[in-house]
Amino acid sequence: MSHMTSNSKSRSSARSIICLVFAMGVFATAHSGFAQQTPLISGGAGLLTDTNNGNTTYYPIIEPLLAAPIGKKVLVESRAALLESFSPKGAGQAGYDHSHFIGLTFLQGDYLATPNLTFVGGEFLIPFNTYNERLTPIWIGNYQDAPLIFPLGLLSSSSGLGGVVRGNAISRNRYSINYNYFYSTRSGTEQFTSHRGTGGRVGLYLPEQRLEAGFSFDRLLQGTHENFYGAHVWWEPKDTAFRLRSEFGRGQHAEGYWVEADYRTLAFGGLDSIIGRIEPVLRIQQTFRLDTIVSDGLPPANTQRVDLGLDYNSPHNIRILTSYSRQFSSTGNHNVWETGIVYHFLFPAWKGKE
Amino acid sequence: MTSKYWLFVFLVLASVSVLALAAQKSDAPVTASTTKTFVAAKRSLKQQDEGQRVFQQNCSRCHASPEGFSPRISGTIVRHMRVRASLSQHEEEALLHFFNP
Repeated sequence: MSHMTSNSKSRSSARSIICLVFAMGVFATAHSGFAQQTPLISGGAGLLTDTNNGNTTYYPIIEPLLAAPIGKKVLVESRAALLESFSPKGAGQAGYDHSHFIGLTFLQGDYLATPNLTFVGGEFLIPFNTYNERLTPIWIGNYQDAPLIFPLGLLSSSSGLGGVVRGNAISRNRYSINYNYFYSTRSGTEQFTSHRGTGGRVGLYLPEQRLEAGFSFDRLLQGTHENFYGAHVWWEPKDTAFRLRSEFGRGQHAEGYWVEADYRTLAFGGLDSIIGRIEPVLRIQQTFRLDTIVSDGLPPANTQRVDLGLDYNSPHNIRILTSYSRQFSSTGNHNVWETGIVYHFLFPAWKGKE
Repeated sequence: MTSKYWLFVFLVLASVSVLALAAQKSDAPVTASTTKTFVAAKRSLKQQDEGQRVFQQNCSRCHASPEGFSPRISGTIVRHMRVRASLSQHEEEALLHFFNP
């Protein structure tokens, strides 16, 4: 849950609800001009647990996503997180303490300007490396925990307030190049906390080899100005259910990487067979501290961690996630056990035109 | 006898010609229609293949395909994916066709 707990947004639920109601209002004004463009509600609902040093914490969570097209060129979309956590009281006391969190993850408007250029405005996920944009939804990620280097390059809040230009610069049968560039302003508004910064990402994808490589860069433009660099490589060999994903990140005070592999066999009746739904996952990660300034959310000492996961992709869009992690560091070694069940929902926001 | 013979031949030839012309007229639209249908079906299959390729290369890299959804939201899903996965307009159209063959 580190990507959630590291989020520095205010936890004012009242304002969050106002924002959600505002977002719903925007969606309610959307008109579906085409039969296939009814606004949708998607997302995940789950119960996650993690056991650290013998203490088990429970996280019931809902992450709704709303998307509403307006006309032929505009899309308004938003994702929120509603989380409650129950953790054991310390100091030998019985019972559990609980806390809650409600917050918008992003709320953005997209304008499809040309076939290869899209403008995004509002609160957006910072497009640094791949994890933040692609793998943070609970119904997508293979692990509950984000990688240790996740905070690098995300300007302390993982979302920015401003604009992004993005798209597919070149799209050919043998290769494609995608790009994005963002500028985020400084904001202290409770639901839209962001830092001033700018950066972007460029990626090359080779469809025949199913290989993607990309480079990210961004710069914090407030306080002590810092640069962040990132690189990612994804590979999914054709006609297999094997996936390899990796990222490298470097900041002013620390750097690190993670490599994740998962596999589902096609040998026993395909992906929808009982065996085919089982998904072993392995993730290896390391972080290296470059100096003694710990301002980036990474561990204070060099750390190695291995995550062994076993997921099950049940019918009806349900996933069961389990993992065991062992973390090695000069500040101490420890185990983390995680289990969870997540349901992915997806349906029209209302009855549209047939 | 000769004139009757030639009259008979003329009538037969005329009948055959009229029948042939009639057959040609009725055949012509059928042939064009069949060709159009064939071309459309071929184009549709090609778009379907391309949409499947776009789905496999872009969407399923991150997540499994959801088990069924209403066709009313297929356009919204595709537009969301266009932004999230940086698809081109052409890929968006192919993907939409894949969801709604």
